[in-house]
Amino acid sequence: METFQAFEGLVAPLDRANVDTDAIIPKQFLKSIKRSGFGQYLFDEWRYLDHGEPGMDVTQRHLNPGFVLNQPRYQSAQILLARSNFGCGSSREHAPWALQDYGFKVIIAPSFADIFFNNCFKIGLLPIILDRLIMDQLFREVIETMGYTLKVDLQTQLLITPDGEQFTFNVDAFRRHCLLNGLDEIGLTLQQTDKIKQFEQRHREEQPWLFT
Amino acid sequence: MMQTLYDKLWEQHVVHTELDSANSTTLLYIDRHLVHEVTSPQAFESLKIAGRKPWRINSILAVADHNVPTTDRDQGIHDPVSRLQVETLDQNCDELGITEFKMDDLRQGIVHVIGPEQGATLPGMTVVCGDSHTSTHGAFGCLAFGIGTSEVEHVLATQCLLTKKSMAMRIVVDGKLGLGVTAKDIALAIIGEIGTAGGTGYAIEFTGSAIQALTMEGRMTLCNMAIEAGARAGMVAVDETTIEYIKGRPFAPQGELLEKAITYWRTLHSDPDAIFDKTLTLNAASIRPQVTWGTSPEMVTTVDGFVPDPANVADSVKRQDMEQALNYMGLQPNTPIQSITLDKVFIGSCTNSRIEDLRAAADVVKGKHVASTIKLALVVPGSGLVKHQAEKEGLDKVFQTAGFEWREPGCSMCLAMNDDRLSKGERCASTSNRNFEGRQGPGGRTHLVSPAMAAAAAIAGHFVDVREID
Repeated sequence: METFQAFEGLVAPLDRANVDTDAIIPKQFLKSIKRSGFGQYLFDEWRYLDHGEPGMDVTQRHLNPGFVLNQPRYQSAQILLARSNFGCGSSREHAPWALQDYGFKVIIAPSFADIFFNNCFKIGLLPIILDRLIMDQLFREVIETMGYTLKVDLQTQLLITPDGEQFTFNVDAFRRHCLLNGLDEIGLTLQQTDKIKQFEQRHREEQPWLFT
Repeated sequence: MMQTLYDKLWEQHVVHTELDSANSTTLLYIDRHLVHEVTSPQAFESLKIAGRKPWRINSILAVADHNVPTTDRDQGIHDPVSRLQVETLDQNCDELGITEFKMDDLRQGIVHVIGPEQGATLPGMTVVCGDSHTSTHGAFGCLAFGIGTSEVEHVLATQCLLTKKSMAMRIVVDGKLGLGVTAKDIALAIIGEIGTAGGTGYAIEFTGSAIQALTMEGRMTLCNMAIEAGARAGMVAVDETTIEYIKGRPFAPQGELLEKAITYWRTLHSDPDAIFDKTLTLNAASIRPQVTWGTSPEMVTTVDGFVPDPANVADSVKRQDMEQALNYMGLQPNTPIQSITLDKVFIGSCTNSRIEDLRAAADVVKGKHVASTIKLALVVPGSGLVKHQAEKEGLDKVFQTAGFEWREPGCSMCLAMNDDRLSKGERCASTSNRNFEGRQGPGGRTHLVSPAMAAAAAIAGHFVDVREID
């Protein structure tokens, strides 16, 4: 995983609550056995007027001009503002893959669904939780201001607006450490191999039926 | 100290705890890893690239369910992209020696149906799968939850997960369910009450006399829907119903080992004074058959109710959400639920495709016929063994005589990854778990209901109160 560096990025607002993973990446694209290439199908049913299938040439498709990410002012956005319970529904990691592949590095919402939230950290996409009132303010400012950007600094856990206003956010220490250092969790866990083996042996003695 | 069931299950599987914060990151041991074709290929590939091998092969049980066709199985899968995904699973399992029920195996079916059916899901286990409906298995007094593909790889490589303990919620459902009211209605009523984010950050234990009275099938339906309430895990304490269900299943312990296991399994309940972070109480007798009207499972009402009016909602985000949902669903505010007419009916999915579900639906349709306005009424059993059992009982004939199609097992029209799907604008009464936009096909409109309610709707052509039919 790449290290998560502080950056300043263009912000796009997605003003809907309960955005589910079916909406983020519809099921027909989950047939892929690859990890990449999902960005072009992100929010497919909202983003395009025609029905998408894997392998289609997206340059030939009909964009939905009413969908926020299709507006010229939000092109190359790296930060997505969202509403509550973002990422609810299935456990498909294809949802964070699609958001990241599209170009998003950060998703900010008042709340996230558990599995989605967890999946984001595993691939280096940062989900940030902010208070609903701050979210309302950010939505307002983004919509009112062309080219609205935010600075994101994970080290100091600060978001900074173009006016210099600062908002703090909280990321659990272990997850922050992994993101900042781009750590491979499997590698980390395998450093505990002895402990896992000891546990497994005891567990096997106590509940042998689990190992048959 | 008094412990919740969740505390006990958690504590039994802690390998190591990092003292990094108040809620420590824990290395949690995983007993059972269920695998399907959609969320595993990238995990197997990365594992291979890193030169790693699965930690414990016999903890893994694999099956293809999402992409499999429900007709003409002997013709294989005609969609090349779907076929490649299933073949990739077959290949990975063959190479690594993982037990897999292939498409032509009688034991093949939806992963959350076959795990319990085979006795591969046992009380006290930690069970994971790259699928959010893994919460289903919590019905057996185990800790079961869905994970993403990176975590699938992590479990393959290390038999563990790096995770954090959730808070504990108790949902008590006391009293007796009315006739025609099912576990599905309990689940939807709970979600209607607490919302789809109500359980976020929690593991939910379902308790109370109405839960104890449920069969294992009913408990699975309920725990299955815990994720729709936002909770990664749902669970029910072990009792005689649990133990009786497990006895004699192929992967379950036998003889002396079974006796030893049962002694331990009987401890798998919350202690009387255990403290929960949150408790919700429902009266079973007051739960009525539920029907969703919107594009989130929390957008639900009772069969004798009406489509709600966004004009009565003060919160602007919520109101906008409702308006969008009604627009997508093609519904007007204040429409009586029973006047909503349907195009298709789907009985199946990991929520409601077990033998009890099929029996309940068959009971309703017996001697009747699907309404002429219904374009397609589908019954998709949860597994080859469920199908076989249903056929032994003659349920296939009941459904077919009534005008239903009787299909091969799989996820089918719950998420429409195979050919079973809604067309744009079509309206479906479905026993599945998600009514999200496009879930059953682009532009399709889903109403979530119980199997009996779906069956009754197929006969009438519109929703009817299953409590009022003969």
